[in-house]
This record gives sequence, structure tokens and C-alpha cells, in this order.
Amino acid sequence: MAAGRKKKRKELFALGNEAVVEGALLAGCSFYGGYPITPSSEIMEVMAQRLPKNDNGVFLQMEDEIASMGAVIGASLAGCKAMTATSGPGFSLMQEHLGYACMVEAPLVLVNVMRGGPSTGLPTSPAQGDVQQARWGTHGDHSMIVLSASNVQECLEMTITAFNMAEKYRTPVVLLLDEITAHTREKITIPREDEYEVFNRVVPTMPPEWYKPFEETVRGVPPMPPIGSGYRFHVTGLTHDPNGFPTSRPEEVADLMERMFRKIDQFLPQVSLYEEYLCADADVCVVAYGSVARSAEYAVEQARERGVKAGLLKLKTLFPYPRAATEKVMGHARALVVPEMNMGQISREVKRVNNGRATVRALNRVDGQIITPSEILKAIMQV
Amino acid sequence: MSEVIGNHIIHKYLRHNKKFPHVLCPGCGHGIALGALIRSVHCLGLEKDDVVIVAGIGCSGRLAVYVDFNTVHTTHGRALTFATGIKMAKPHLKVICLMGDGDALSIGGNHLIHAARRNIGITALVLNNNIYGMTGGQCSPTTPHGSFSMTSPYGQLEKGFDVAELARAAGANFVARGTSFHAQQLDKLLIQALQHPGFSMVEVVSPCHTQYGRKNKFKGAVDMYKWLKKSATPVERYAELDETGQKDRFPIGVFVDNDAPGLEEQYYALKEKMRGRKS
Amino acid sequence: MAKEKGNSKVTIYPDWCKGCGICVAFCPAKVIELDGQGKARVVREEDCIHCGFCELHCPDFAIVVTEIERCPK
Ligand SMILES: Cc1ncc(C[n+]2csc(CCOP(=O)(O)OP(=O)(O)O)c2C)c(N)n1
Ligand code: SF4
Ligand code: SF4
Ligand code: SF4
Ligand SMILES: [Mg+2]
Repeated sequence: MAAGRKKKRKELFALGNEAVVEGALLAGCSFYGGYPITPSSEIMEVMAQRLPKNDNGVFLQMEDEIASMGAVIGASLAGCKAMTATSGPGFSLMQEHLGYACMVEAPLVLVNVMRGGPSTGLPTSPAQGDVQQARWGTHGDHSMIVLSASNVQECLEMTITAFNMAEKYRTPVVLLLDEITAHTREKITIPREDEYEVFNRVVPTMPPEWYKPFEETVRGVPPMPPIGSGYRFHVTGLTHDPNGFPTSRPEEVADLMERMFRKIDQFLPQVSLYEEYLCADADVCVVAYGSVARSAEYAVEQARERGVKAGLLKLKTLFPYPRAATEKVMGHARALVVPEMNMGQISREVKRVNNGRATVRALNRVDGQIITPSEILKAIMQV
Repeated sequence: MSEVIGNHIIHKYLRHNKKFPHVLCPGCGHGIALGALIRSVHCLGLEKDDVVIVAGIGCSGRLAVYVDFNTVHTTHGRALTFATGIKMAKPHLKVICLMGDGDALSIGGNHLIHAARRNIGITALVLNNNIYGMTGGQCSPTTPHGSFSMTSPYGQLEKGFDVAELARAAGANFVARGTSFHAQQLDKLLIQALQHPGFSMVEVVSPCHTQYGRKNKFKGAVDMYKWLKKSATPVERYAELDETGQKDRFPIGVFVDNDAPGLEEQYYALKEKMRGRKS
Repeated sequence: MAKEKGNSKVTIYPDWCKGCGICVAFCPAKVIELDGQGKARVVREEDCIHCGFCELHCPDFAIVVTEIERCPK
């Protein structure tokens, strides 16, 4: 590793999974609890090396993924920026606690490196089959922020973003990678300190007796003290009132539910992240995310060479679904191509936004193989 | 002999903005266990801010909301996992888990043995009423062979766990059993448990007349306490009894008393060492 | 910790008492009874030996036993 010369950015040759760790540590992650599973294990292994060396870093290998999420939520309540990483089967086990984290508004980051499923599926092959599970996997109605990354540099950047959103909105954030992004090794640049923002959760500053842990605020996000700092309160997965005490009074239930939706919905423009590539005049627009977006970028360039005005809308936020960005490209594109390594989990979102305006063509692959640029190019040329 | 630490002390630790009496049934042993826990915390002079109660789901888990500590009511069976995260993040806090028998031994059995194995500095109270109280009296992993429940209407065919033996085998640093009838002894056991490094577990045999007693020929809550009075036997005396003497009795007291350093102690010592400083 | 009779005051909070009968059944001096409404009531306070059992075993924290305070003579 090059010694950190001043002003010069550090460069690394890293796996996507390793870049996640770099991003997490830059964002201030101080707790990792997890259980090994391919293709996410490198995140855990690098954390095991790095966190014990950090000032407040705690690393724990738990007995399963349920326990991992429990420990992560506990650490989050105790004031840590906490994360875990897993893949399909583990992600399924984490769902109950993902909902608990929503309910108690515990910031945390959950990285799911998607592999083929269902069940044990294809442990070492890429897939994007957990997109709707990330949105709706836990029971009950809830908001959820789901992000994705399509290359190794983005793994780093989106992990920082994930932590920032988690802390800003007091919510769990799921970062979806796929096996290809996670296991690609490429050169990345570690941003200098002044090149990225780190957001820390807002803590209460009033006297403890006045603090209500789940009260409405201007931002809709109540301040959150670490356990043991003098603010004693009750945390429960039961529906609760502003004090945190269980309630089933309809008006209090509605207040809580509506606030928890509002606190994310009102920030939609900030939460909806995407990139437009050659979109401005595109007749045909590809909507893609994850490693597929890389193939799509290449396909779009080739289509342009062949005289088709193609563009790419690369989604970095999957949920809340970036509706406005999609509507914008629909304003001029007559057709959208949505390639995914699943049977159409984001194309259904695109179709919902579309409302019959443009032709939406889903391009699906579920055989554990990546979608190639030529497949996407073919679809662009056909529509 | 020391002075009675009565309810005037306990009232100081209850949340005054909660409605009392609490939601538990008349005569439920869980309330007595909560009293013992509060007295132990008081006797050890712990600050309210430094105490974290992490509860599972069940009637037992419902206790947490009533006490003026940091309280976390988690998910069914998983209290120990949250507590592990809290303890590792903030090792100076006294982290106490309140769990039911179904909670700690059925759905959460894996977490119990691993918490014991890794010797994390948590004090776990297992409020064992031999039944799923909250969900209406289904059998639990400690429902004794032959007894009746909503889901063993013809008598339980499976054997029940010996909670203390299980914790011992899994490597817990401190293991004890008390009962809701022996409140003063329970205070002492909890005080010992709370002072121990590493993982300590206290099983509290705690009557549930509503869901267990009624189905198993106990006339009322009081009848169950009479049964505890008769059958709970100090472990030293129990060991001297022959097989017939031991029948219908169970031992109470301290079973394991080690002082291996807790996981969090070891972890932070390792961190110090890695920083090149003397630990 | 048992003390002499006649020196203790036994207070029961009827609002919190659920009438489980534990205090009634196990009080060694038979100080407490259940009343018509099924609530515990102190009937023979003068016999209380301040053993503390009722206070330690009331699941609802509804009993407080204190020493009777007397003005110095
Ligand atoms: C994942 C999950 N499964 C099932 C339940 C339903 N449930 C709530 S409490 C409980 C059993 C409680 O029994 P125990 O742990 O012995 O506590 P007690 O009520 O007897 O104190 C069950 C099965 C749940 N809340 N969560
Ligand atoms: S059901 Fe049983 S355990 Fe639950 S409150 Fe009633 S007596 Fe206690
Ligand atoms: S023990 Fe408490 S709740 Fe039960 S009867 Fe006596 S005062 Fe009432
Ligand atoms: S302190 Fe003892 S003697 Fe006095 S009322 Fe209570 S149980 Fe009876
Ligand atoms: Mg039970």
C-alpha cells in the first residue's frame, strides 16, 4: 500500500467487498456483527482485521444472521454506526430484525451481496433476485431505503451514502450488491477527507426529563441519544407512543406510522440517487442497476455508434423508487429497456411509473450468468 | 441481619408515567422476580443510567417497560443478541436480560448457549413458568413430561430442559436457580450474578397459575407457591438426598461459580495491546 | 429480621392489589385478610413481626411495611 502522501488521493486495487469496508470505515462504522456467507464473506473478514485496530471498533462473529442483526441493532442503540453483510439465505433470516430496526428507528447498514436463489440457489453466481425482498421482506407496512452499486468505486461511495442516510433518517438502509460487483477487483480511489460528507445522528440537547424519544420534530426524525447517556427511555417493537410506551390507540398508531413514512418521503429528491448517461436526447433508454448497468453503458455506446439514440438511466437508489427520474426520461424516450438478473423486479416499478406512455421491454436472465452488452444492444435495436 | 429492602425502595425504580398495577395476572411470579431484580440493583448501588434491561417477548418481557432504567423490549427469543451488541459497544453498562422459558430456550436456545459459550458480560434471568404464558398456555421446552397444556392436551411426551444444567454445559460463568417464593434468596443470587464477570444466568422458577397451574391441578396461585415451598431444596441438601428423596424436589442455589474474564474485557484488552500500550 | 410485635405499620395500596392472596396465605402472624371486594386488608397490624414476607412477595408491590414512628417521650 502506498504511504499516504499529503494531498494525493490513496489508490487501492480492491474487491467490491473490500471497497465496502473502506467506505464503511470512512463513514465512521464502529461495529460489525455478522455470519459468514458467500459471496459476502470478504466484507466480514476484512472487518475482522480492521475494526479491532480502530479507536472504538468492535467486531463480532455471531451465531447466525438473526443474532447478527440483533447485535447490530443493540450496538446502534448504544450509539455506534453499525453494519452487517450477508447474502440471500442470511438476508431472509434478517427480515424480522430489519422490521424491528424500522420500528425503533435504529440506524444501520445491511449489505446484501445477491446470489442466485431461491433457497441455497447458486452460492457463487450473480443474481438480482432480492430486490423486492429488500423492499418488502419484513412484515407490516414500512418505508425502506434500498441502494445499489454497479462498480467497485461505487461500492465505497454508496456505503458512505448508506451510512449517511441511515443516520440522517434514523432508519435501516439496505445496500444491494451482486456477486459480480462484489468480486470484481479494480482500482479505486479513496477520497480525501474534504471530498466526502459524513453525517452523524442528531442527539438530544434538552434536559432528559423533557426528551421524548419518538416525538414528531420539524424533520420528522427524533433525536437519538446513545443508551447510557442519561436519557432513559423505553424501546419496543410494539407500536408505541411518543414516549416509547406501547399503545393501540388509533390516533397514536396513525401518528407513528405516518411519521415513519413521512420522514423518508419528504426527502425523496435527496434520497433518489441515479445517474443519466446520454439520456438527454435518448429515444431508447435503458434502466439498469448493479453490474448490469455496466453492460448497459457499453451497449448504449454501441447503439449510438449504430445510429440509435440510446441512453442509460442508472439507478443507485432502488427504493423509494426514483419515480421523477424515470418520468423525466419517459418524456422523450419512446421505449425503455430494463435488463435485470431476475424475472422483472424493477421493470414492474418502471411499468407502474410508465402508465402506458412508452414501450417497456424487460430483459431477464435467471441462469446465474451476467447479462452481456450484446444482449442489451440487441434489445435496444429491436424495440 | 440486614434491613428489609421493601417496596418503598422498589417504588423509586418504577416508571411513574406508566399505569399500575402492571398487566400481569394476580399472583404471577414474574412480578416478584422483578422486585428481586430491582432490590439487587439498589443494593449494589448501581446508577439507573448504567443499567440496561433487555427483554424478550412474553409476559416476562412485558416487565421491562415498568422500570426506570434504559429498557429495550426486543423480539421473541433474541434479547441476548441485542444485549451482546450493547455490552460490546458500551462495556461499562450493566446489561440484564429478562426472558421467558420459551423465549430463552426454544426460539432463543441457540443464543443462550452461545452467549454462555462466549462468556459475554450479561446477566440473564430466565423466568421459568414451564409454559408459554403470553400466547395462552402452549407447552414450552421446560414443560415437564406428563403435564398438560393447550398443545399437550393428553400430557407432554417430551422431556423438559434442565435450564441450569444447559447453561453449565454451555460454559456459563455463573449459574444459579431460585424461585419466586424464595425472594430473599433470589436477591442474594441476583446480587452475586450481577457482580460476576462474564455470562451469568439465574433461572427463576416462577408460577403461572393462569396458564399452567389451572391445567395441572393447582387450585390457585397460592397453591403453586406452596408447591415451591415444599419442593425447592437447597442444592447442598438436595445432593445428600437419595433418589426417592429427590423425586418431586428440585435444587435451588448456586451451581456454577467461575470468574473467567468476560468477552468484552478480553476484547478491549486486545485492542489496548494492539495499540502498543500496556494493558 | 423479625422484630417485636406492635412496632410495625402495614400499608396496602388497594388500587394496586389484585387479591392474589399470597400475603394472606403466608403471613406468619395472620395480619392480612382478603375483604369482600377481594382486596387484601390489614386486620391485625399489632401482631405483625415485620418479617417482610408480604412486602417481598407481593407481585404488585402493593404492600409497604414500616416501623411505627413514635414521637420521643
Ligand atoms: C417470532 C415469534 N414467534 C412467536 C411469537 C409469539 N409469542 C409471543 S410470546 C410467546 C411465548 C412466551 O412464552 P415464554 O417465553 O415462556 O414467556 P412467558 O409469557 O411464559 O413469560 C410466543 C410464542 C412471537 N412474538 N414472535
Ligand atoms: S399468563 Fe401466566 S405468566 Fe402471563 S401474566 Fe398471567 S400468570 Fe403471569
Ligand atoms: S400479595 Fe399483593 S396483590 Fe396479592 S393479595 Fe397481597 S397485597 Fe394484594
Ligand atoms: S411483615 Fe410479616 S408479619 Fe408483618 S404483615 Fe407482612 S408477612 Fe405478616
Ligand atoms: Mg413461560
